[in-house]
Amino acid sequence: MDYETFRHFSDSWGAIYLFAVLAIVVLYIFRPGSKKHYDEAGKIPLKRD
Amino acid sequence: MIEKHEKIEKSATLLLILSFLVVTIGGLVEIAPLFYLQNTIEKVKGMRPYTPLELAGRNIYIREGCYLCHSQMIRPFRDEVERYGHYSLAAESMYDHPFQWGSKRTGPDLARVGNRYSDAWHRQHLKNPQSVVPESVMPRYAFLADTPLRTDDAAMHLKTNAAIGVPYTADQIANATADMIAQGDADSETAEALAARYPKAQIRDFDGNPKRLTEMDALIAYLQMLGTLVDFSSYKAEENLR
Amino acid sequence: MTSLVKLAVYGIGALLAMIAASKAHDTLFAVHMWIFALAAVIGIIVTARRADFSGKAKPARDPDAYLDSVVRAGMIATMFWGITGFLVGVIIASQLAYPWLNFDWAYTHFGRLRPLHTSAVVFAFGGNALIATSFYVVQRTNGARLAFGNMAWFVFWGYQLFIILAATGYLMGVTQSREYAEPEWYIDIWLTIVWVAYLLVFLGTIYKRKESHIYVANWFYLSFIVTIAMLHLVNNMAWPVSFFGSKSYSLFSGVQDAITQWWYGHNAVGFFLTAGFLGMMYYFLPKQAGRPVYSYRLSIIHFWTLIFMYIWAGPHHLHYTALPDWVQTLGMVLSITLWMPSWGGMINGLMTLSGAWDKLRTDPIIRMMVIAVAFYGMSTFEGPMMAIKSVNALSHYTDWTIGHVHSGALGWVGMITFGSVYFLVPRLWNRERLYSLRLINWHFWLATLGIVIYASSMWVSGIMQGLMWREYDPQGFLVYSFAETVAAMHPFYVLRAIGGTMYLTGGLIMAWNVYQTIRGNLREETPMGEAAPAAA
Repeated sequence: MDYETFRHFSDSWGAIYLFAVLAIVVLYIFRPGSKKHYDEAGKIPLKRD
Repeated sequence: MIEKHEKIEKSATLLLILSFLVVTIGGLVEIAPLFYLQNTIEKVKGMRPYTPLELAGRNIYIREGCYLCHSQMIRPFRDEVERYGHYSLAAESMYDHPFQWGSKRTGPDLARVGNRYSDAWHRQHLKNPQSVVPESVMPRYAFLADTPLRTDDAAMHLKTNAAIGVPYTADQIANATADMIAQGDADSETAEALAARYPKAQIRDFDGNPKRLTEMDALIAYLQMLGTLVDFSSYKAEENLR
Repeated sequence: MTSLVKLAVYGIGALLAMIAASKAHDTLFAVHMWIFALAAVIGIIVTARRADFSGKAKPARDPDAYLDSVVRAGMIATMFWGITGFLVGVIIASQLAYPWLNFDWAYTHFGRLRPLHTSAVVFAFGGNALIATSFYVVQRTNGARLAFGNMAWFVFWGYQLFIILAATGYLMGVTQSREYAEPEWYIDIWLTIVWVAYLLVFLGTIYKRKESHIYVANWFYLSFIVTIAMLHLVNNMAWPVSFFGSKSYSLFSGVQDAITQWWYGHNAVGFFLTAGFLGMMYYFLPKQAGRPVYSYRLSIIHFWTLIFMYIWAGPHHLHYTALPDWVQTLGMVLSITLWMPSWGGMINGLMTLSGAWDKLRTDPIIRMMVIAVAFYGMSTFEGPMMAIKSVNALSHYTDWTIGHVHSGALGWVGMITFGSVYFLVPRLWNRERLYSLRLINWHFWLATLGIVIYASSMWVSGIMQGLMWREYDPQGFLVYSFAETVAAMHPFYVLRAIGGTMYLTGGLIMAWNVYQTIRGNLREETPMGEAAPAAA
């Protein structure tokens, strides 16, 4: 593997990987029915002193 | 699927591994190619490893934090090229462990300061910067002229550099201390051998006191060689586009 | 029994350090080994005095009771190093305005004090704040005591030893010249040991939790700990000239060394100064406001996008250098996209107060936290802008960068830490309230105005500097010599030192307030938000 192939891999597939994973994360978090679960989690700090 | 994601939120190990993967992949993809760059760095004539005296001077430059105010990286802009000289090439820092490009110019760039001023100017400027540049905010480095240079471990420094890829020869390592002393003395018997080992090495007393080899000698020897090695008459920019 | 093991470890440590000192290749290394030995001897004395050889069983302790003594120590260390770091900052700022303040003495030169300043504020002040608050937050959000007995105390004292070694090293000239990673190889190894212990304590506590969900503040803290470990290990790869000497050479050279260093340097900002302190924000802001964070889902998106994108942004420190163009462009694009998660996070923080905005008037701690979030938003807008190549062409190498860093460091990191300390101190020492809320108000205004003066003087001087360097006259000659551009900076350097002094003064007021609170004093004063007595 030389420098040229490496860099083409990086600035094409590397970037696609990055945005694909981000899209998955966002879609996942807004899955239907998740709001209640996350609202509960958000209250954790207020439970204990 | 839903259960799976909850696993991430509920398992500290998974969270640890995933976030670690995220940051390593990002870093690897971006940085790894550059480590294959070695053979495609510009082809330039003239680059050679530092002489023992220059290397010692470079270490003083690092020790005193010069890099915090002086860059050694000329960008390819008209004003920078006119002010400081040809823009810096990657090859020019190929033997720099660590690099000294800097990030701030409280003082001017030094990438090509070599041979621009006389040794006497450097001496005066280092001892009392405001005496030659009244506007300067640089501290005074007179103590360098009073501090004898350590010469006994020169070979160790070269050996360490050789171990991490700087092409010092066995001959250069064996003569390290002798070369270090000889470079500060133009009348030295071994000056010729030194010049053969390190082409373009400047051999003379730098600090104005031929009797002693001081840290001032080393630092000025380093400053005077900065940017002087590459032969730009044979360098062709178009062939080196990356 | 454990005391005996401890004594043995300290004894061996002291012995090894003294042997290393006797074999030292240079004086600086010897000094550092003596510091190591001294630390071990102190360890022996303290352990021996506390040891209980009577064999009597200790009274049982509630296994879930929080270990807060180490957090209290962390608060004091945070205050101490904060004041030290701000003070050194004011000194070096004044040196640039009046160079005679270098005092013609190597140990007080700008070149040696500047790393002392950056490390003192980032690693000593910020680091202690992060370690202390993370220990506090991880216990509360998981309902568990810190894991592994007193290992948290090892983390605390081990980290102070690291700070002392680094700081004394800078003054003596022990440096790798890697910005924000200056300590030499043996100090780096010590930090690695301490950091692994830190990770173990933090993770171990999460493992013991009673809550099924791991609260998002812990995610931020965890990614900060893990990523800093990785960055630290890779960026500090070096080979020592002698195993008994203080000098080493980086394994990398030139271009590779530059990209490694700035991959580290930028992510030190991203994970130490951003992710870690976001962990702080996601706990203490909801806590002080008494309501959950505006959108928990947004906070998770904030987390993943932030760690995803930050790690790529380093090359924007090397625009137009000999670094290959494609890396610069990639770094620029990812830096610009960073604007999204940053502003998502800012909105999330600010909107937590929606419906409770009146608190801004009556609660100076909330005010401190809100201005921190506002500065977070401002500097994360400025940062991506400066990462655009054409903007960077002007801003790079100038004071603009310094101004940007300080709006983030003083505004975001400093203010969120102050807010958290004010929140914590009365709770940690079981006091009814802080000594004085009005003094917080003074601190708030001194710090805010100080930052504004600092940042705006650096914007003006930075942009002016950049423009002067590239100004041509009609004949096509450069107008200014470099020395003339230095002279033009003077008034702005004076202003900057004034801004810094105000910020330092605010810090001193805080130290006084915290000191009085710990002593249990309460200041008689009109509550915030009510009219002052007629006499004033």
